[in-house]
Amino acid sequence: MTIENFISDFSEQFESTDKSEFTKDTYFKDLTEWSSLVALLELAMIEENYGVQVSAEEMRNSKTIQDLYTIIQSKQ
Amino acid sequence: MFNPFTLYNKTILITGASSGIGKSTAIECSKLGANVVIVGRNEERLKDTFDKLLGENNKMFVSDLNNNDLMLNLIKMIPALDGIVHSAGIQKTMPFQFINKEKINDVFSINFVVPIILTQQILKRKKLNTNASIVFISSIDGTINTHIGNSIYSASKGAVLSITKSLALELSYKKIRVNAILPAMTETPLINNVNYTQEQLKQEMDLFPLKRFAKPEEIAYAIIYFLSDASSFTTGSSLIIDGGFTLK
Repeated sequence: MTIENFISDFSEQFESTDKSEFTKDTYFKDLTEWSSLVALLELAMIEENYGVQVSAEEMRNSKTIQDLYTIIQSKQ
Repeated sequence: MFNPFTLYNKTILITGASSGIGKSTAIECSKLGANVVIVGRNEERLKDTFDKLLGENNKMFVSDLNNNDLMLNLIKMIPALDGIVHSAGIQKTMPFQFINKEKINDVFSINFVVPIILTQQILKRKKLNTNASIVFISSIDGTINTHIGNSIYSASKGAVLSITKSLALELSYKKIRVNAILPAMTETPLINNVNYTQEQLKQEMDLFPLKRFAKPEEIAYAIIYFLSDASSFTTGSSLIIDGGFTLK
């Protein structure tokens, strides 16, 4: 597991946002495409690809993609 | 005092009685004079429900009905029934892109297959009295509307409503009635789901004309109506209990 893979997996849940928009420091909730459905997709992707369950509350408290990645690492 | 909703001397089996709607239904049924037979997987929580029941003729069985042998064993031990309330259920939030066979099977097994096979086996073993009443818990999701990430749950609850009607027709010759409740969000452990924040639940609550979710006993009282002789001409019906949610 690397942050680069996670950024790529994370970006795949978006339809129209350009890949270049995603870095570890991206404030993902500020992206125009961000929605409650995308949030659910990210939670499901994390469970499927990384085998851990991140809660919606933990996602709410995360600002950057790195923040989320740190939570996943702490659970593995 | 005349009370058409009395359950006096009726023996009612309630699944999923260790929490939520099942727990509340068990307690309220016992208050109306029913002899309650409660089933659940968690012994400690089931015991907590049992301790809250009124009356001396109640029974509790810790069992996992998803295990066929345990189910058949349970049916051997229970008395003849005047009612069944199928309130065991699970909900899994997952976007459609992430569903798979295993997840579908998990949800359908508990929400649909188990209540159906349990009913069928109880009938086969003649443990359901004439004039008995069977109550299924469906949902507004899958019957009236749906929510994002809820496709499998919705499908399972839609299936429950469909079979409620078929069973009502097929069992009418035995004078057994079959009805379903269609609740919306109810204050139970089932909605405290890791996929939603408290903030999102509050936003959802604001969509309800009555500005709150149901209390479990508000679902239980409707179940009691279907179990009681007050509904003796009601079969194959369903009742939406949603604080007006589906009006909009």
